[in-house]
Amino acid sequence: MSTTDTTLESVVIRFAGDSGDGMQLTGTQFTNAAALFGNDLATFPDFPAEIRAPIGTLAGVSGYQIHFGSTKINTPGDESDVLVAMNVAALKANIKNLKKGGVIIVNTDGFDAKNMRLANVPEDKNPLKDGSLEGYDVKEIDVTKITRAALADSGLGTKEIDRCKNMFVLGLLYWMYHRPIENTVEFISSKFKKNQAVADANIKVLQAGWSYGETTEMFAQRYNVEPAKMEAGIYRSIMGNQATAYGLIAASVKSTLPLFYGTYPITPASDVLHELSKYKNFNIKTFQAEDEIAGICSAIGAAFGGHLAITGSSGPGIALKTEAIGLATMLELPLVIVNVQRAGPSTGLPTKTEQSDLLQAYYGRNGECPVIVLAAQSPSDCFALAYEACRIALEHMIPVFFLSDGYIANGAEPWKFPKTADLQPISVEFAKERKSSDDKFMPYLRDEKLSRPWALPGTAGLEHRIGGLEKQNITGNISYDADNHELMVKLRQEKVDLVANYIPEQTIDNGAESGDLLILGWGGTYGALKTATAQLIEEGYKVSHAHVRYMSPFPKNLGELMSKFKTVVVPELNNGQLVKIIRDKYFVDAIPYNKIQGQPFMSHEVVNKIKEILV
Amino acid sequence: MTIETVKLTSKDFSSDQEVRWCPGCGDYSILKQVQTVLPDLGRPKEEFVFISGIGCSSRFPYYMDTFGMHSIHGRATAIATGLKSTRPDLSVWVITGDGDSMSIGGNHFIHMLRRNPDLNVLLFNNQIYGLTKGQYSPTSEQGKVTKSTPMGSLDYPFNPIALCLGADATFVARTMDRDPKHQQAVIKRGYEHKGTSLIEIYQNCNVFNDGAFEIFTEKGSKKQQTLIMEHGKPLIFGENAQLGIKLDGFKPMVVNLADVSVDDLWIHDETDLVKATILSRFYDDPSVEGHFPRPFGVFYLNNNKMPFDELFNNQINNAIESYGAGDLDKLIAGRETWVVN
Repeated sequence: MSTTDTTLESVVIRFAGDSGDGMQLTGTQFTNAAALFGNDLATFPDFPAEIRAPIGTLAGVSGYQIHFGSTKINTPGDESDVLVAMNVAALKANIKNLKKGGVIIVNTDGFDAKNMRLANVPEDKNPLKDGSLEGYDVKEIDVTKITRAALADSGLGTKEIDRCKNMFVLGLLYWMYHRPIENTVEFISSKFKKNQAVADANIKVLQAGWSYGETTEMFAQRYNVEPAKMEAGIYRSIMGNQATAYGLIAASVKSTLPLFYGTYPITPASDVLHELSKYKNFNIKTFQAEDEIAGICSAIGAAFGGHLAITGSSGPGIALKTEAIGLATMLELPLVIVNVQRAGPSTGLPTKTEQSDLLQAYYGRNGECPVIVLAAQSPSDCFALAYEACRIALEHMIPVFFLSDGYIANGAEPWKFPKTADLQPISVEFAKERKSSDDKFMPYLRDEKLSRPWALPGTAGLEHRIGGLEKQNITGNISYDADNHELMVKLRQEKVDLVANYIPEQTIDNGAESGDLLILGWGGTYGALKTATAQLIEEGYKVSHAHVRYMSPFPKNLGELMSKFKTVVVPELNNGQLVKIIRDKYFVDAIPYNKIQGQPFMSHEVVNKIKEILV
Repeated sequence: MTIETVKLTSKDFSSDQEVRWCPGCGDYSILKQVQTVLPDLGRPKEEFVFISGIGCSSRFPYYMDTFGMHSIHGRATAIATGLKSTRPDLSVWVITGDGDSMSIGGNHFIHMLRRNPDLNVLLFNNQIYGLTKGQYSPTSEQGKVTKSTPMGSLDYPFNPIALCLGADATFVARTMDRDPKHQQAVIKRGYEHKGTSLIEIYQNCNVFNDGAFEIFTEKGSKKQQTLIMEHGKPLIFGENAQLGIKLDGFKPMVVNLADVSVDDLWIHDETDLVKATILSRFYDDPSVEGHFPRPFGVFYLNNNKMPFDELFNNQINNAIESYGAGDLDKLIAGRETWVVN
């Protein structure tokens, strides 16, 4: 049959199905294929907290959205062009974000009476029959039936056969977008290398999906999305949590310190542990502790012993670590605290994203307890900033918060990865052995960065005691002296402030250095704000975008940079946190713009809001 | 070149900080015994690290001229586990109390024991909260009248030895502040054990719980009320060593040596978990008629459970041996890359 080829600049596909339908895997495979083809892309996995929520229900819908194109792609896309719906619940949950006239590929088997009941759709309201999908390009395929037919002779049970359905959809989409299936074939072969029958079945169904596009007349259109014109170099696809783990490992290699990661499983931070635990041959030591507190405390022990010590968690797990962060601040030992933020408070929405732990990182401890805070802005930026977090912790002998969030942690993008030789060096010097004739060792004697010596147990002549009680400056002895306490509180703050001399200045990401309005963002909203800014500038607005990555201390020029704009708007996925700090520190009448839905900003939302403010 | 060996003394282990426990506190004795034992261990003093939590006992590291950390309440066990796992070359000691280890730090305490890192844990049990001025603790007897329990405490107490055996500890012993020789011997044995050595030390708080262990520590009653366990020897006690413990199946009984031959007594076997468990239950109120004597010494010793720190580092070494040292550039590039020209 004949098909027409159309070339598109970019496409958004949303895979949606039951959480057992393998939509995350399907999305990831499509992402790799698009990345290897040279498209720019951004992804957004959106899944329920329950591993196997009740089958067929709205609560159980798992989605994976990918935006890929031949142009610069900053976000997973506000609306999708193509929606794959494996059942009626998946359709119901995602139809509102499908473009008018968009393509819907449905598995008709997922629209039977049972699925309708589970999704709470009345019998007479079957969207495939009641005309409600008029205006969309609906492709009805009985994926279940075709998959079962294709694997009739496979010797596998129905359950195993049905698990291959997602491969049919993937094969079909590979055909639609001219993507080779070879990489996925290789992936399946390696994933199921211990179960040849299952590997064969998945590959067969993948090919069946491809052939279905080729042979049926349902699809008259195929699409080309050319490789993106990106900066020259070698690229790979990277997810945020993976990049975080690599950044930490890189810091371990560059500082020549073995890495210790003390942690407790929690969504969405666990993948950092999973990733790190694979690389023991890099001298990476991961410790799954009995709880969050032991996670950070074991890391403090490792820091005392001279390791690059890291703990990681999310939401309520960070709350549990609070007291120990205070201890690390008093001990003035290097420690990195990874917080992959999720929607709170309490258990909140564990699998949904939010930026609501900034004030916690800033202020959330007893007493005056300042620490360094960094926030990554995209999946690949997690590498750079996790590395920076380690560098600052080690070179300044101080606890550092590294903030990521669920959105960038699970999102993927192409990454022009650095050569390790080009990474900024990390210099660590331990205090040297002393003879009894030398002066007494002073554990709280400070250098020009106000950091104290790192004196490792096992080094002769450096025996000393540290602890959570207030220290006398220089000697480190316990001190209840009034003036000394005030001095130490001020010194610990000044030590944080001085880090501003060792970090880059704030830059404008897009737009002029002065204008009507500055969009001041931080963290995972980068892509949406970047896209929105580009559109506003194109429409003639005098708008610029700056994205803060060094949250505490701020870059030295941040105040001056903001002063060149008539208005500063701070969009955040919280109830207004950075905006509070900005207003407090700079006395700038910054305007908050908040979204607290567990979902990222859509760029059109930002565009509309900014226009509203500029009126 | 000559190798210079300087014999350390207890003075070498005393820091320049003034010891600030209440006069008469049992902690003084424990500090002294540790400072007496350490020079004999043949180890340079920079290799010793003392980590404590919060409580009176937890001031201990400040008085030792070794490396030390006075950390936060209940967490010394977790901090020590992290330190020992990453620095197996060090001799790491945990100083904790009954509240620190079994109340706020209960979780870390049992998990340390099951993991079995090579730590030496000195549990100062005074059956009271001293630093916060006298509330009942998880080892206080039921009905204890304290500031927080004017009508008597309702909680049933922990039996620390039984708790440790339940958590699969590999070295469990009990000693007392008032018996320096016994204390030193037990501490030394704890040090020699590879794995977590848990030593419960009955320690008198003369301000808030004076005399809690008097019956076990004072001359007049000690011999009658305590049972000093020695590996391979029969369990004998009493003012004139006239009593013994005999096992009838799993049932222990106190017998008079006038009636029973020494050969029929229970011979203490530290490596027998079942027998250690029975001994751990010799925990009766000494004022009750027909109670068993309170055992002191090593209840249980298991040398067949590899310490966590060893397992932990073996795994790293095996990984390096199997896969070769990691190549960072290769790791970052991953399996699939593409070139943009």
